[in-house]
Amino acid sequence: MTMIQALRSAMDVMMERDPNVVIFGQDVGYFGGVFRCTEGLQAKYGKSRVFDAPISEGGIVGAAVGMAAYGLRPVVEIQFADYFYPASDQIVSEAARLRYRSAGDFTAPLTIRMPCGGGIYGGQTHSQSPEALFTHVCGIRTVMPSNPVDAKGLLIASIENDDPVIFLEPKRLYNGPFDGHHDRPIVPWSKHALGEVPEGYYSLPLDSAAVFRPGKDLTVLAYGTMVWVCEAAAQETGIDAEIIDLRTLWPLDLHTIVESVKKTGRCVVVHEATRTSGFGAELVSLVQEHCFYHLEAPIERVAGWDTPYPHALEWAYFPGPERVGQAFKRAMED
Amino acid sequence: MSEHDTLRLHVPEPTGRPGCQTDFSYLKVARAGEVRRPPTDTAPADTTDLAHTLIRVLDEEHKAVGPWDPQADPQLLRRGLRAMMKTRIFDTRMQIAQRQKKISFYMQCLGEEAIACAHALALYHGDMCFPTYRQQGLLLSRDDVSMVDMMCQLMSNEHDLVKGRQLPVMYSFKRAGFFTISGNLATQFIQAVGWAMASAIKNDTKIASAWIGDGATAEADFHTALTFAHVYRAPVILNVVNNQWAISTFQAIAGGEATTFAARGVGCGIASLRVDGNDFLAVLAASRWAAERARSNLGPTLIEWVTYRAGAHSTSDDPTKYRPADDWQRFPLGDPIVRLKGHLMNIGAWSDQEHSQVQAELEADVAAAQKEAERYGSLLDGHIPPIESMFEDVYKDMPPHLQDQLQQARAGV
Repeated sequence: MTMIQALRSAMDVMMERDPNVVIFGQDVGYFGGVFRCTEGLQAKYGKSRVFDAPISEGGIVGAAVGMAAYGLRPVVEIQFADYFYPASDQIVSEAARLRYRSAGDFTAPLTIRMPCGGGIYGGQTHSQSPEALFTHVCGIRTVMPSNPVDAKGLLIASIENDDPVIFLEPKRLYNGPFDGHHDRPIVPWSKHALGEVPEGYYSLPLDSAAVFRPGKDLTVLAYGTMVWVCEAAAQETGIDAEIIDLRTLWPLDLHTIVESVKKTGRCVVVHEATRTSGFGAELVSLVQEHCFYHLEAPIERVAGWDTPYPHALEWAYFPGPERVGQAFKRAMED
Repeated sequence: MSEHDTLRLHVPEPTGRPGCQTDFSYLKVARAGEVRRPPTDTAPADTTDLAHTLIRVLDEEHKAVGPWDPQADPQLLRRGLRAMMKTRIFDTRMQIAQRQKKISFYMQCLGEEAIACAHALALYHGDMCFPTYRQQGLLLSRDDVSMVDMMCQLMSNEHDLVKGRQLPVMYSFKRAGFFTISGNLATQFIQAVGWAMASAIKNDTKIASAWIGDGATAEADFHTALTFAHVYRAPVILNVVNNQWAISTFQAIAGGEATTFAARGVGCGIASLRVDGNDFLAVLAASRWAAERARSNLGPTLIEWVTYRAGAHSTSDDPTKYRPADDWQRFPLGDPIVRLKGHLMNIGAWSDQEHSQVQAELEADVAAAQKEAERYGSLLDGHIPPIESMFEDVYKDMPPHLQDQLQQARAGV
């Protein structure tokens, strides 16, 4: 399966299993989503369970919070992560706080799917990686898969989870892995082991990172598209990097991170999102706190520049294998 | 040279400021009984006139007149009057408690008691209200919500059902159909629509009741709520409580000048009514009409309740700084308690003696509840929930980083 098919399969499985799961968002009903992630679901489950929504992110999330308070398990889509901002108040002030402020009287078991990330010539408003705006909010979980197998297992787990989940989908990975070499042809998921997605139900834990590539020279903390870029950088530099795919950004799997850095003594943090106050800063801080006496070099951080995401300068902006590889080398030099 | 004068920015002003009188002619008050009552299956577009007039039942002599007279059982109205009195006494007492520094903050609903207390009578068990911080009448009109529980919330003490996490007045009573109150304005309006959609999705029979003030209608969530309610024909009553003031801001700054808030509903394809919010009978009748529409799958109804915020915005506010001190006395729709009392006395279902007796009983009840609540302590004497309650319920299960922080907080790190 592609990541698109895997996500659709996860929603199909959960619609089948739980009559309280409903799906709505812009263009997700009849049309099946602008990325085809919900194709066929309305025909299969009917319009009262899969339906189109007005172009109103605040309305989509706000209505979902009300549905969740009733007892449904809504899975809503924001067409691009770049467009979640009108829903900020409902996410931060409401979904994230409902359980806390009512002492469990009301809860918000909803999942908000949003395609994120760049590398597609999406320009300013089809490329952003706003994960740090969510990881800073107490009460929500932030998840980002890097491949079809994880995408399905993590989405099923997110829908089942009783906490509100922000489910970020790197759209650059929808049809195949992408290592940053934009000049090479795309290899589809059908040619990759992680495209072999089991049919039916399975879930992956929401508090567990994956060691994507074992290694002994240095630890790389990455997620989403950057996992693939980091793998290419390891191969091209010959540095035996241990790449950890965080999968769940917050709450995260600190144990796997700390064990790896203690082993390697070096750490590089990589994300597409802009650098300053990005999620990488939290990762750097955690590694510094927990692994100080094991570190043999300063923690390196490779990120998008502190600029809006450009159109023409896509590849000067996107942290590709060359930039990541240089950081690997710097981390090994000290 | 332009043939036009230079452009000028229009900034609405209330007619009445401290030291002068408000000209209430902007309210467009209709005579009691003169507004038509259409069938509940009326088309939204056919309610245009009802969104620009004022539905009233009680006339100047407190007689019930016209097609909106709900023909309510006097026993029910007696309960309603009692609920309004209870709400006002509770408010008065808690206002004093704040001044005595027994609670940190309070918000009265003085003058607006009829809206919540009468509306509650149109709802069934299981319906869900999405209130603002000024619908305490929804709780106080019920016998199964303990005033002690409410006061413990106000005191943030060890018995506070929301564990001292919320500012006073931000109650949550799911079992009483009262959604957890948020400090963020308008958010609940669209949530109510979502709840109503859920009820329809599950082929349930329950309806939602959404609440918002005049000022908060300017928030985006007001508009999303109207759009979603209309698009999905959600079984929801969209209540706009127009008390003329948003803290210091006159309702004209919210967009009320030369129009009505009910008119917004019609513009979005929602049946809409503009109702005298200080007329208990009109509130009951309009609420029943809207509830009937929702329960019959006829879709949402928007109701603008025209009333007046008689008290300060909150215990942190001094209204004499921005409006006339005698404004409420001059407000043409009067006092909802005086008006229903007058009506019940007219029909021989109430007396001054009974009024005094009920007043004394309720005062004693409220005082007793306060005494009991104070036994559980308060924020001010340190009888607050234990430290772990700060970290619980952020997530369903406490994640490792919060377990660590709890240990640190316990150790005073």
